[in-house]
Amino acid sequence: MWEYTDKVKEYFLKPRNVGEVENPDAVGEVGSIVCGDALKLSIKVDRETNRIVDAKFQTFGCASAIASSSALTELVKGKTLEEASKITNQDIAEYLGGLPDEKMHCSVMGMEALEDAINKYRGVKKILRPEENIICKCFDVSEEKIRKTAVENSLKTVEEITHYTKAGGGCGMCVPEIEQILKEVWSVQEIKERPVEKKKLTNLQRMALIQDVLEREIRPKLQADGGDLDLIDIEGNRVIVGLRGMCVDCPMGSMTIKGIEERLRDVTGQDIAVVTE
Amino acid sequence: MKTIYLDNNATTRVLPEVVEAMLPFYTDLYGNASSMHSFGGQVHGRIEQARAQVAELIGAEPEEIVFTGCGSESDNTALMSAVECNPGKRRLVTTRVEHSAILNFCKHLAVKGFHTTYLPVDTLGRISMDALLEAIDDQTAVVSVMYANNETGVVFPIEEIGKLLRARGILFHTDAVQVAGKIPIDVKKLPVDMLSLSGHKLHAPKGIGVLYVRKGVRFCPYLIGGHQERGRRAGTENVASIIGLGKACELAKKELAKGTAGMAALRDRLEKALLERCPDAVVNGDRESRLPNTTSVSFEYVEGEAILLRLDEFGICASSGSACTSGSLQPSHVLRAMGIPYTAIHGSVRFSLSSYTTPTEIDRVIEVLPPIIRELRSYSPFGRDKFEQYLCRIDGARAD
Repeated sequence: MWEYTDKVKEYFLKPRNVGEVENPDAVGEVGSIVCGDALKLSIKVDRETNRIVDAKFQTFGCASAIASSSALTELVKGKTLEEASKITNQDIAEYLGGLPDEKMHCSVMGMEALEDAINKYRGVKKILRPEENIICKCFDVSEEKIRKTAVENSLKTVEEITHYTKAGGGCGMCVPEIEQILKEVWSVQEIKERPVEKKKLTNLQRMALIQDVLEREIRPKLQADGGDLDLIDIEGNRVIVGLRGMCVDCPMGSMTIKGIEERLRDVTGQDIAVVTE
Repeated sequence: MKTIYLDNNATTRVLPEVVEAMLPFYTDLYGNASSMHSFGGQVHGRIEQARAQVAELIGAEPEEIVFTGCGSESDNTALMSAVECNPGKRRLVTTRVEHSAILNFCKHLAVKGFHTTYLPVDTLGRISMDALLEAIDDQTAVVSVMYANNETGVVFPIEEIGKLLRARGILFHTDAVQVAGKIPIDVKKLPVDMLSLSGHKLHAPKGIGVLYVRKGVRFCPYLIGGHQERGRRAGTENVASIIGLGKACELAKKELAKGTAGMAALRDRLEKALLERCPDAVVNGDRESRLPNTTSVSFEYVEGEAILLRLDEFGICASSGSACTSGSLQPSHVLRAMGIPYTAIHGSVRFSLSSYTTPTEIDRVIEVLPPIIRELRSYSPFGRDKFEQYLCRIDGARAD
């Protein structure tokens, strides 16, 4: 059971400002039903004063998601857009007397919905740049979001990133990437790199190493989700594999391959390419 | 406010008769069963009595009963013993919907070079015999299939699987933790080699489990030390809990003799009323082959943790397969394995009754829950009218 504050419970049991404002000036949306939480925030803005005169929410999610959304509406009402745009996820969490670490992503969701609404009101289109680097495919979290959340909340570990953004909380394949991002953000060698000897491997050594990593690390992970993989061949730097079981039709298949590729590049120190048969 | 406890697959109330039977072993009868003096010796006699009571519940011989620390220990021990007693056989077969005591132990064995095949289940949570046949070979050390699933209550065809495996000489373990006391078990007729039980699921205390090991099945102990349990599980006996489990098994046997139709009728009444009163709700799992006490219902467009906490306000205890209640960000592995849409998994609620659940309690849930669902749905940005929109989003997400 989660340790919720009385304020979270109050805002969950009797949420304020549920629904949609009539003729909203902007609607901010984040999340999806697949991920387990989603928030739709509608706001009414006084064009003269640029003040948010009304705000309502609709939320699909757990108790803290509902409470965070309701708190957000209370926080923004009466504020100018300028003031509202300065609201952070910490403000939302503080308003509620704090949230459990594992639930901080609910407050981040609130902040994002607000950003989306304000951007839409101002006519700023948030263009999903094709080069936007999605790190966590399971929860659709971009590198930019991970960096931003890490800096704003002083997050130093992957676990914290998962609590705040969900990134890394699904299949776990992106954990090494998140570690790398954190390392870059903080430029501190806190996360220990596995000591890999990058000496020149013989062909046989390299093949044995690749086989070993696939057998010991990759396959058990895939098998745990009902999938599997066969090593078909190694031709130069090309590692040919066949996906089996649940992996065959898995929409995350290409991501899995990418993850394996990176791991193999990491251990061999060579420019490995993983391809399916 | 009176607690309405409908989470009996998580744990059960220790019955007053059980507590009463246990108490003397904390106060007067504190001897060690292994001692030479009669003060300790009398404890030994009482442990053997409890062993017979447990054996009686599942149709076993007393010497086939090994007391362990919990259901997880029983599961771990069974798999470990199977691979240790079958050197050279490096394969295991289980299902994708097992308890984590099996799944995570198989992952642990994978690091040591063992390969596990996880049998898939269909949308009703059933496994296919063809898939099982395909998975086994002469390298298979053990097959472990749960007797019934904890989340959906789906009962697996253990007898059929057992016959098939026995004909091929393959060791068979079943995790029957959710079954004991809910449907009769008779290992004389059931071709299983090992079977796990847990005390706290049948009104005995926590911290006591059982591994049934059929006579003649080779066994290697997991916990090594003294000669307790005929050398099959070291450690001074958890006497009071063993006595309590014995008593609980005796009581369970009596309850089973009365039949579980009443419990099933209450469960069905709850299920029927919820489906009638809440649109866009579905029952998860095979209703033709299910424990009499369990129902898993998914309510679309709302999230399970929110439902549970609202129910909690009325003193009603249930559980959910949603991501927010799992302790991780991933929702229930069981419902995912069944291919239940994520939307439905997030809104799943499991009610598990006991023989002591009353009609008044069930009626209270029927009265309280539908308005909760209606209210939470009124908060949700999703709903039947917005369903099309949401489907597009999923398709969009799949496309890239």
